[in-house]
Amino acid sequence: MAVRFFVPGPLREFAGGRSEIALSARPRTLKEALDLLGRDFPGVARRVLDEQGEVRAHVNLFVEGECVRFGEGLETPLPDGCEIAILPAVSGG
Amino acid sequence: MAKAKVKAKLPALKVKDGDVLLLVGTMKGAFLLRSDRARRRWQRSGPHFAGRSVYAIAYDGRNERHRIWAAPKSLHWGAELVSSDDFGGRWTRPEVPRISFPKETGASLAHVWQIQPGLDDEPERLFAGVEPSALFESRDGGESWSLNEGLWNHPHRSKWMPGGGGLCLHTILTDPARRERLTIATSTGGVYRTDDGGESWRPRNRGIKAYFLKEPEPEFGQCVHKVVRHPSRPDRLFLQHHFGIYRSDDGGDSWREASKGVPSDFGFPVAMHPHDPETVYVLPLKADEFRCPPDGKLRVYRSRDGARSWKPLTRGLPQEDCFDTVLRDAMTTDEENPAGVYFGTRNGRLYGSRDEGGSWTAIEDSLPPITCVRAVTVRIAERRRRAPARKTRRRKAA
Repeated sequence: MAVRFFVPGPLREFAGGRSEIALSARPRTLKEALDLLGRDFPGVARRVLDEQGEVRAHVNLFVEGECVRFGEGLETPLPDGCEIAILPAVSGG
Repeated sequence: MAKAKVKAKLPALKVKDGDVLLLVGTMKGAFLLRSDRARRRWQRSGPHFAGRSVYAIAYDGRNERHRIWAAPKSLHWGAELVSSDDFGGRWTRPEVPRISFPKETGASLAHVWQIQPGLDDEPERLFAGVEPSALFESRDGGESWSLNEGLWNHPHRSKWMPGGGGLCLHTILTDPARRERLTIATSTGGVYRTDDGGESWRPRNRGIKAYFLKEPEPEFGQCVHKVVRHPSRPDRLFLQHHFGIYRSDDGGDSWREASKGVPSDFGFPVAMHPHDPETVYVLPLKADEFRCPPDGKLRVYRSRDGARSWKPLTRGLPQEDCFDTVLRDAMTTDEENPAGVYFGTRNGRLYGSRDEGGSWTAIEDSLPPITCVRAVTVRIAERRRRAPARKTRRRKAA
């Protein structure tokens, strides 16, 4: 099964209006998945990652419901068919 | 790389030839206001980019364009440079942000602090000042941008320290008399100038005192808040420093303090009169931690004699219990005669004067915190103005 990205509302204008993007190739890690996302949807990937390839400070990525910030980060291994959710952090009070 | 561009749509302002346009950046988006030349009534559109901070906004009227540039920053998704050719009806957002630091720098764009069109006879050239302090340049009308490596690799750069707003390059001055000259200012770091088109840069801070550093007059490190130049006298500069107002008559080679007559030598903005190189405006704030108007009185100070003496301008401005602040890019003048002067405050008030500061009215009183204000008189070429009229005649004939 394909790995899928959940795309939040503010980034859907860069994903052809879609809320979900299924990758055609099978990435092994989150970094590989973001590289694949950036090939077809650079507008989404460049707002998740800065120009140095780092996840922006107020963006959280969840793999199968787990926030990777507290785990292996971009090296998080991806199970087959998993969902990667891109979520803006609740930054503030 | 995909070339597609996304255009967000909002009702555009209907702007006519000769209208005055105010571009207002805030912490929660941008607002555009237009008036006829009387500048009594204003129409507003916005917020554009609601929820995103806009520290830099500019108008590029060269080559018969009517292009507004803005630099919204999302706390989540980063900063980008966007443009509109129809007064805010549609904004063009490239998929990949236009300004990016090269991989080898290890830096990433935090904010765009300044957008500056180049000289009139180089209509495709633009500059942008960003955080972390760096200068970017475009030579294709803003489509692509490149880092100025001469400044980025300057040996002083590693010793610049961030001010309260961050390590930002906030001032870019072109010089109509010397094509290869460009003057920038960064907080903190001070004033730097290139005379060879950006290949090499030299500090230009001689005479600017920095009490917070070991040497009283260091070569660099000054906390320069803003610098302005009058286009008709390019060697005449005025500068608002963290400590003091300064004037230069030699393009920044040397500076002389010009703070005598203001209630505080601290402040952020400084603005030039559009026609008279002797007239300059500042807005003093109580230093250092309070940063509100001295004595609770919101006063613009105007000099008519090249900053040798200053007079307060108070008519229409709150003169008691005012605890407001005006940021470095939030005061400007228009091109009219008599000149209009405008400033926006952190409490979201936008004040305007259409008599060179003699009296003031609140154009807006509850915008989000205002970060930058620009004013321009819009020129619409004769042939463009006549085009819709011809269409109307054809329809009537049919």
